[in-house]
Amino acid sequence: MALLTQEEARALMQKALSFSKADECEININGGDTSNIRYARNAVSTSGSINRTSLVVSSAFGKKLGVATINEYDDASLRKVVERSEELAKLAPENPEYVPFLGPQTYAPQSKTFVPETAALNPKLRADMVQQSLQVAKDDNLTAAGYLENSTGFSAMLNSHGLFAYNTATDISFSVTMRTADGKGSGYSTKSYNDVSKMDTLALTKTAAQKASRSATAKALEPGKYTVILEPAAGIVLLEQLYGNLDARSADEGRSFLSKPGGKTRLGEKLVDERVNIYSDPSNPDLPTNSWNGDGRPQGRVNWIEKGVVKNFSYSRYWAQKKGVPAIPGPDGIIMEGGTQSLEDLIKGTEKGILVTRLWYIREVDPQTLLYTGLTRDGTFYIENGQIKFPVKNFRFNESPVIMLNNLEALGKTERTVSGESFQSALIPPMKIRDFTFSSLSDAV
Amino acid sequence: MKRKDFLYLTGMGFGGAMLSRIPVIGSPIAPEAALQGVDVALKKRMADVALNQARSKGASYADVRIGRYLNQYVVTREEKVQNVVNTESYGMGIRVLANGCWGFAATDKLDTDSIAQTAAQAVAIAKENARLQTEPVQLLPQKGYGEVSWKTPLEKNGFEVPVKEKVDLLLSVNDAAMKGGANYVSSVMFLVNEQKYFASTDGSYIDQDIHRIWPTFAVTKIDAKTGKFETRQALSSPRGMGYEYLIPRESDKIHGAPTTLYRNRYDMVEDARAAAAQAEQKLKAKSVLAGKYDLILDPTNLWLTIHESVGHPSELDRVLGYEANFAGTSFLTLDKWESKKFNFGSKNVNIVADKLQPGSLGAVGYDDEGVGTKQWDIIKDGVLVNYQAIRDQGHIIGLKESQGCCYADNWSSVQFQRMPNISLQAGKTPLKPTDMIKHVEKGIYIIGDSSFSIDQQRYNFQFSGQLYYEIKNGQIVGMLNDVAYQSNTQEFWNSCTAVCDQSDYRLGGSFFDGKGQPEQVSAVSHGSATARFNGVNIINTARKI
Repeated sequence: MALLTQEEARALMQKALSFSKADECEININGGDTSNIRYARNAVSTSGSINRTSLVVSSAFGKKLGVATINEYDDASLRKVVERSEELAKLAPENPEYVPFLGPQTYAPQSKTFVPETAALNPKLRADMVQQSLQVAKDDNLTAAGYLENSTGFSAMLNSHGLFAYNTATDISFSVTMRTADGKGSGYSTKSYNDVSKMDTLALTKTAAQKASRSATAKALEPGKYTVILEPAAGIVLLEQLYGNLDARSADEGRSFLSKPGGKTRLGEKLVDERVNIYSDPSNPDLPTNSWNGDGRPQGRVNWIEKGVVKNFSYSRYWAQKKGVPAIPGPDGIIMEGGTQSLEDLIKGTEKGILVTRLWYIREVDPQTLLYTGLTRDGTFYIENGQIKFPVKNFRFNESPVIMLNNLEALGKTERTVSGESFQSALIPPMKIRDFTFSSLSDAV
Repeated sequence: MKRKDFLYLTGMGFGGAMLSRIPVIGSPIAPEAALQGVDVALKKRMADVALNQARSKGASYADVRIGRYLNQYVVTREEKVQNVVNTESYGMGIRVLANGCWGFAATDKLDTDSIAQTAAQAVAIAKENARLQTEPVQLLPQKGYGEVSWKTPLEKNGFEVPVKEKVDLLLSVNDAAMKGGANYVSSVMFLVNEQKYFASTDGSYIDQDIHRIWPTFAVTKIDAKTGKFETRQALSSPRGMGYEYLIPRESDKIHGAPTTLYRNRYDMVEDARAAAAQAEQKLKAKSVLAGKYDLILDPTNLWLTIHESVGHPSELDRVLGYEANFAGTSFLTLDKWESKKFNFGSKNVNIVADKLQPGSLGAVGYDDEGVGTKQWDIIKDGVLVNYQAIRDQGHIIGLKESQGCCYADNWSSVQFQRMPNISLQAGKTPLKPTDMIKHVEKGIYIIGDSSFSIDQQRYNFQFSGQLYYEIKNGQIVGMLNDVAYQSNTQEFWNSCTAVCDQSDYRLGGSFFDGKGQPEQVSAVSHGSATARFNGVNIINTARKI
């Protein structure tokens, strides 16, 4: 099935809804195409294309919910799927935490999540983009491994209370790792956009190639506390552990770094350096995301951390109702405000420090303090007197993003980056951090 | 084709830390729908449509996987059922070789036209990408098996067990934890059934029915005065078994350790009761003094270290650089294997790869490119002797046939090299963990797995556990907290001074091991007996914010 227009989606869901006999009924439909090329050792390793659609019917009788799904859209199939969801709802135990479906919502004007040129990508264009990347490897005698994926999709929902929402989106993501022929140097670069015209696989590969060449013959430094400059691709994987864990329920229940003794929380308290401002804004043109979330709640700008103070938690609709507060959905389209300095300016202003391209294999060590461990990867360099002096061996770190943001020295200009852990995009500045804890050395390249 | 898609659910979707990073793939279905298989004759007809179309479009080789992937998740917390989810994902993936290059396309529309169109699309993709190849793909030969089948040996099909029975068990688990003093408890049961049909131009038509199960929980205890909280997670392991894993059997319990441990049957209620008490003990446990300790690692902890430091680096695709852009490469380079004397570990370290072990997650009859499964050595007496390889890479290490390690996590995913079960063989000399501990002067006994991280070439790692016990002069003297061990793979395995005997051998495993781009998950077991490692670096993980 091709992408459904707003009216086609509405008509199809209305048809399904017309068969409903439940107290409440909600229909979701989504679908799309995803295509990719993966390459390694300077040649394509796998490549493919996947097409799927799905219509989901949720029916409720009181606090009993049933859900059924189908990918056939004739009248008989639509009737059948609605009936099935109702049968299941009747069989289900009551859920004490059930919250009725939302009524009609007002959504902000949808930002430009869909770009026709991205949707029009075909195998030839994808191969051309990868060919540019492979040419850099050939020219520089390096070994390239990379991944290019583009997707085009639509999603829509409609319910018996009159809620209707619809959106289309495109995405193109690229990442590349360049390694020297002797395996002693490695560099990395990644970006993800809605708009294919912003994706420059050649420039990104050149950046990775330069890091690979410069990172060969790394020297070993003693582990310890260092001033670090985290490039956005490195910073995001730690920051997302912070802004992704601003859940009210776990804080209220005493099971979060945001919990305090006696059932209190850190909401409204200063948690990090006052220069830290983190918010989400689906309408940001550089990071357009959906104006509504998965359960139909409107998504607008939310300040999560303002001048270092925790301003908002995210809530499930049940927990918000229980607490009598607005049900703010989780962050989507995260932006951390930066400064005016470029990455080069941050380096110039550093007497002694470590430049970190990327962090890898991030895992929680202690949820109480939000302590994480992980390693530097694909380009780690020693800075002295404002200049990159030499590559250094990779380190393992044990650090909490809360502690990290209390040791903030400077922020650079915010830019769009993508997490190598969650694959989520965000606008993140390069960050200069003092006393970042490197606990051991790694021989990995 | 008509699909039966249902969901039986009672909550708001997955939540909570224990469910993070867990993929939920598929469409909701009714529990009973899982019991209705797809007719083999129909699958063969569909497969032939794809194979014939691929050939006619110019493919030199093609394979087809028609997959029906069923998942059931039962999710509870305290006295509440949060979710009972049944999902089905059904469709076809077609992989072709054309002009020496791979192409892949997948669809969930299984009518003749869609199948033919998808096969043609796979060939078109392969031909378009062939201009980016440096050399044509070389496939190891594989005989066609004709029409064959394989099924996970089951005593009790988990999908046939009523949902109510599963819910009742989990609520009993939660009740035991809460009565034991826990503040919170969440428990989950995952069941997986892969109904996979493979066909290829080699002449294989392979029908497989694969089952997996993973019951687990997380118990939390909070100190209201200090605000400190601790968790203790289940000491179960995911298994390639049926529901019989959850029927406790005294002969499968190991007593003598600070907590009861489990072999091939799991007493979930008993473990939850112990977990509540141990979570409370953890709140009062002594914070570890950083330094060197001899470690006694229970299989519930060691499986993950084996997985990360032996399993992944011995994957040939990683060694060759195919994973360089995501999971990384490997320190086990070809020259180390060619030397036949690379000292991976001590003489006590014998690591076997296998896809046969009953009850394991990796046990199947055939892999996802139609290769019969087998067993082989990876590390023999401490020396690297082999890797894990598939059909398009095996020739690089001189293999005459694939080792059968190819897997895709869904019909819509392209198959590639995935880890077989990788296990540390038990010691030949009779030795129990209690006897092992008697000879430790300064050590830590670690049970259960927790935080895990390793670098992109698998040298430097850091692992934590669920329970830490201090050993002084051959005696367990109390519980420790804030423990993580850091080491280098080769150093660590060379510090292995003893492995307990077969009576202590148990399987651990990963239900959701990630690899590849786009990322796919696979399930794999790792067996071992309790093992001793001397002089390992321990760090203290306590911080203040």
